[in-house]
Amino acid sequence: MTVVTALIVLGVLALAFGLVLGFAAVRFRVESDPIVDQIDALLPQTQCGQCGYPGCRPYAEAIANGDEINKCPPGGQATINALADLMGVEAKPLDSAHGEEDVKKVAVIREDECIGCTKCIQACPVDAILGAAKQMHTVIAHECTGCDLCVEPCPVDCIDMVPVPVRPDNWQWDLQQIPVKNVESSH
Amino acid sequence: MSAATKAIEAGHIWTFPGGIHPPERKDRSNTTPIEVLPLAKQFIVPIKQHSGPVGDLMVTVGDTVKAGQPLTQVGINNALPVHAPTSGTVSAIGPGRIAHPSGLTDTVITIDADGNDEFYSFAPLADYTSLSRAELLDRIRQAGVAGLGGAGFPTAQKLALQRPLDYLIINGVECEPYISADDRLMREHAQTIIDGTEILLHIAGCEKALIAIEANKPEAIAAFEALLPNYPQLALRVVPTKYPSGGEKQLIQLLTGRQVPSRGLPIDVGLVMQNVGTAYAVAQAILNGKPLIERVVTVTGDNIAKPGNYWVRIGTTVAELLNHCGFEPVADSKQEQRVIMGGPMMGFTLPDLDVPVVKITNCILVPSNQELAPAAEEMNCIRCGACADVCPAQLLPQQMQWLAKAKDYDGLEQQNLFDCIECGACAYVCPSEIPLVHYYRKAKAEIRNIAREKAKAEVARERFEARQERLEREKQERLERHRKAAEARKKAQAEAVAQGGDNPQDAVQAAIARAKARKAAQAAAAAKQNQEGDDE
Repeated sequence: MTVVTALIVLGVLALAFGLVLGFAAVRFRVESDPIVDQIDALLPQTQCGQCGYPGCRPYAEAIANGDEINKCPPGGQATINALADLMGVEAKPLDSAHGEEDVKKVAVIREDECIGCTKCIQACPVDAILGAAKQMHTVIAHECTGCDLCVEPCPVDCIDMVPVPVRPDNWQWDLQQIPVKNVESSH
Repeated sequence: MSAATKAIEAGHIWTFPGGIHPPERKDRSNTTPIEVLPLAKQFIVPIKQHSGPVGDLMVTVGDTVKAGQPLTQVGINNALPVHAPTSGTVSAIGPGRIAHPSGLTDTVITIDADGNDEFYSFAPLADYTSLSRAELLDRIRQAGVAGLGGAGFPTAQKLALQRPLDYLIINGVECEPYISADDRLMREHAQTIIDGTEILLHIAGCEKALIAIEANKPEAIAAFEALLPNYPQLALRVVPTKYPSGGEKQLIQLLTGRQVPSRGLPIDVGLVMQNVGTAYAVAQAILNGKPLIERVVTVTGDNIAKPGNYWVRIGTTVAELLNHCGFEPVADSKQEQRVIMGGPMMGFTLPDLDVPVVKITNCILVPSNQELAPAAEEMNCIRCGACADVCPAQLLPQQMQWLAKAKDYDGLEQQNLFDCIECGACAYVCPSEIPLVHYYRKAKAEIRNIAREKAKAEVARERFEARQERLEREKQERLERHRKAAEARKKAQAEAVAQGGDNPQDAVQAAIARAKARKAAQAAAAAKQNQEGDDE
């Protein structure tokens, strides 16, 4: 008899707790960031395709499915380290088959040479080129990610990739003191 | 009235942690009256002399301008204009050296003076109490007034914040060694500073102002003591001499015992602070209609024959200023002469002397190597902790140094790197000569850069996704169009058949049948030929 009572009591308790837990699991569900979003957030969003995927999001999906983390030249070592941290794998050097880490660049169209073919507009992954057929095109510099994809399609080679200039507001303090010159007074 | 407010009213002076007492050496420059620097032949006016966006150019090369005429204008972004320092001709607009530690170039306007120094007229607003807040703020903005204490924050923007204010604090502490520009200004123009303070009180909608002066400026204190009995809403506070008691957050702590929250503003604790120079400039802008085209600059150091304070037009080159003051470069040719803009603690070495004096230039220091030793080689940290003792923001400079060297930016933010006011007290006491502030500045720039990149990446991602969506939508629309067209065609055919016309489908069938028949005939002919061949 006691065994039966114990079984009933435990059974009822199990049911009660099960209901509570089940309710809590639904009601207080924590929306966790899916791993692809987390990886995508670490990638530089250049959308350059140097990794072999058509954009950063597809590469993020590939990494989530087990691809290597060292295929992103624009992100460089910093991105690889961050990805290694997130994925819990060893950080490796950048795979040079996909390119080298380079300074940040921006596309500039030599406007008087542009023939208005719209090929670069179609190539730009972030719609950062303005223009229309047979009209001059131009790059919206602050939207350009420097992905290089517009350079190749241009039939007249009028697009240059120029390094982003250092201005006083994005200048990094130099730990090397400014070389001081000998100044002469000119009376 | 709470006990804390009572204590503030009673003139209680609190204290702040840390701080240092470097040799002051202010007596070299503060004994002579402010001298007016003769007009230079050429002025170089950078269009960015404040923190925030720059205004749009209003002049082109060849234009003649008058002193005080705006060269850039307040745009929709609330930029601060710059003004012509004297009358003359705009001879060039383009990149030029600016007063920045990087030695980089930025857009500057070069003005060849005509020597007449004709003024551009702005109407004085003597009866300012009858004007609206917005009108007064607009005048202050149009006059190009930026915080003259060092940061160059647009004054109108600071005053535009409308939140309950307990006190306006006028900062005449000037705690950095050597500099005496504010000291001389307070001694000679106390009345104008008080007028400016009244205007600021009126605009801020505040009842009371505290004027803070460091105890090492007895003449300035006397000048204010003589005038203040007529102004019940102004009170003088003398703070003990300690560096950096003139720092905004430090002075607030000294005068009110309140602490500005991390990454917050003084207005969060009901206070606004303005420098005495700014109060003077506000009075000039409102009462005399004079935009900010000149300021007091201390020129001092062992290698200056005539140290003192000078009224210098904005845009005068440092070379011009030093020539007038009897600049004697270090005799020893092996040692290079440093020229520092700002004081010994927070200033920076100029890349060359073609740099112009700007709104935030309070001092040009030309030290000998005996008085201010050149930066020595950095040695290893011995973990003495002296830096933590002197930090006025109660940070851990040593810890932050390790983190900065390791580029651990998350760690640095956890250590509240952005509360560092870059006063240099830690580097001053460091026995290993570690340029601590340089590490912090570098790390701050790096962190800001990362944040900028991140924001940019976010925008790029959005644009990329929007584009993908657009392409997908266009593809769907195209398919839909084709489908609809095909349907319409079929429908038209069916209608045509129903009306007894030719069914194109029949024609197709007929063509297929003809082709089949032809093939069959060819096959039969080939079979026959083969048979004939076999027969032979």
